[in-house]
Amino acid sequence: MAEPILEVTGLVKHYPLTRGVLLRRQIGAVKAVDGVDFTLGRGETLGLVGESGCGKSTVARLLCHLERPTAGTVRFKGEDVTALSGRALKAVRRAVQMVFQDPYTSLNPRMTVGDIVGEPFEIHPDAAPKGDRRRRVRELLDVVGLDPDYAGRYPHQFSGGQRQRVGIARALALRPEIVVADEPVSALDVSVQAQVVNLLARLQTEFGLSYVFIAHDLSVVRHISDRVGVMYLGRIVESGPADAIYDHPTHPYTQALLSAVPVPDPGARDRRERIILTGDVPSPAAVPSGCRFRTRCWKARERCAREVPALAVPSVFRDAGGPAAHPSACHFAEERPAVAAGEPGDNGNGPG
Amino acid sequence: MLLEVRDLRVEFQTRDGVARAVDGVGYAVDAGETLAVLGESGSGKSVTAQAVMGILDTPPGRITGGRVLFQGRDLLTLKESERRRIRGAAMAMIFQDALSALNPVLTVGDQLGEMFVVHRGMSRRDARARAVELMERVRIPAAAQRVRDYPHQFSGGMRQRIMIAMALALRPALVIADEPTTALDVTVQAQVMDLLAELRREYRMGLILITHDLGVVADVADRIAVMYAGRIVESAPVHDLYRAPAHPYTRGLLDSVPRLDRRGRELNAIKGLPPNPLRVPPGCSFHPRCPMAQDVCRTDEPPLYEVPGGRGSACHFWRECLRG
Repeated sequence: MAEPILEVTGLVKHYPLTRGVLLRRQIGAVKAVDGVDFTLGRGETLGLVGESGCGKSTVARLLCHLERPTAGTVRFKGEDVTALSGRALKAVRRAVQMVFQDPYTSLNPRMTVGDIVGEPFEIHPDAAPKGDRRRRVRELLDVVGLDPDYAGRYPHQFSGGQRQRVGIARALALRPEIVVADEPVSALDVSVQAQVVNLLARLQTEFGLSYVFIAHDLSVVRHISDRVGVMYLGRIVESGPADAIYDHPTHPYTQALLSAVPVPDPGARDRRERIILTGDVPSPAAVPSGCRFRTRCWKARERCAREVPALAVPSVFRDAGGPAAHPSACHFAEERPAVAAGEPGDNGNGPG
Repeated sequence: MLLEVRDLRVEFQTRDGVARAVDGVGYAVDAGETLAVLGESGSGKSVTAQAVMGILDTPPGRITGGRVLFQGRDLLTLKESERRRIRGAAMAMIFQDALSALNPVLTVGDQLGEMFVVHRGMSRRDARARAVELMERVRIPAAAQRVRDYPHQFSGGMRQRIMIAMALALRPALVIADEPTTALDVTVQAQVMDLLAELRREYRMGLILITHDLGVVADVADRIAVMYAGRIVESAPVHDLYRAPAHPYTRGLLDSVPRLDRRGRELNAIKGLPPNPLRVPPGCSFHPRCPMAQDVCRTDEPPLYEVPGGRGSACHFWRECLRG
């Protein structure tokens, strides 16, 4: 892996649940993020996938310092930034920018597109001298594939895909090193989604950006990511190189998730074996003991209720090596081919 | 044929002019068959379904032509009271957003039971018993207790299953599902699609599945109708369409989705944007975005050409497109 630019250790965000108005007592906590570790290499894309409520968006907000973590550290180029404030924090914020999911609500409808893209310069005036800003804004619009002459228009005059380009231009204004993109294409139509995915890939090469790409669409994440972390109920349950996760998943949740993704190939209908999970994701305010996936897991045994499985390379794969030897937080991790593609997965154990 | 839509036209009166949301759409569904209507936002796929169901808001909408033949009768000529008897009983609809489609101040038991009280004249007690049966059928745990709960007390997946139960309560011959799983997570989507497929087989229903998701279509559909700018641009059996699309728009869609079983750097995106319904381009409405467009495409609107194998394509150059 490339030199790490961001190292996250033991990241926790709990939102207290209180009762009473005058005498507020804490009666519990929503454990949105509950111990997340990962490393982002320079120039690399880390995909975070998971279903609603798994905490992936909270992780994004913590990385951009939109919220303060309850515990844990976020090291940017070796320096813990969770403790920073004032000028030092401002500098870090400039280097880590965010692209939001909804291009309809994340742009101020009363500002022109030029003002939106140029607003970061108001907060960080040293990023571009005053006389140069108009030119920089036009340049940014051009970079994301918008006509620079549109700088005087308002967001409602643009389509969803164009608005998302505006959001991307704004994120690039301060020449960040890391871009955290939270579901950047999920509000877009298929034909437009591909344009934006291609744009993000091109910008990464052009500006040497590192991406944290958060999405629930597993196909998009595979397309764009070098490494992937699968989240469930506030924790990463499996992580590793994208191909290892997608072709050799060892955590039952990842296997179920991948098996549930519809593949745009009617021929695969009869070849694939689906794992249909029962029930729903438990509330993050009442996380199950031990392994948090056990309430929906077909492999769960008594040990799963007692012991929290650590996110580490399972011992069965540690010595053998190969693509299955990546961190997986399951006591009973094993392989099974996830997607019935043209050929069956090599060295897989096969479905039981 | 269970349902046959012929040359349906729907217009919307807006401040800036008349938008032709549905511009001569035709499709057919047989009992036990699943037709997927695929399209992006604004393609007219939902408006077509609303016109078929008879729940189109008029005004601003207006049906300006066409026929909707359901079990041999043209629904567009029926009185509202006659349509109401058909709606819910013989044809039913499942919506994308269950939370806003269900009544928040009535228990799910009352809403499910209402179907039997209104359409079958059952007593409230019998209707309640049927509601519990239905909830068990769609695998709601502890149905006998939960029948007294309100919609907000259920998870998204369970709400969607309750809406399916409501749609299927009177065993309709036709169900229209408008993006039924778009708001759901993938593992829950799989549960819901599975349930829908199982019930469709069991009741031998015709199913129209409206969606933008090429993956979902490949999983469940028998036939596909692809819509673009208010028209059907291609229709075909599902296997044929994925193997060899006969319209450049369909080809573009298939090429632009990232796939789980393939990995590449650049996606073949379709350039440009879908047209504004107030200003649909002359000739073929797809020509400004089409890599194959010729002069004729800018002037002559292509009819839905017949393509061998029971297919149709609204492209002057469908032969070239089929060859790839």
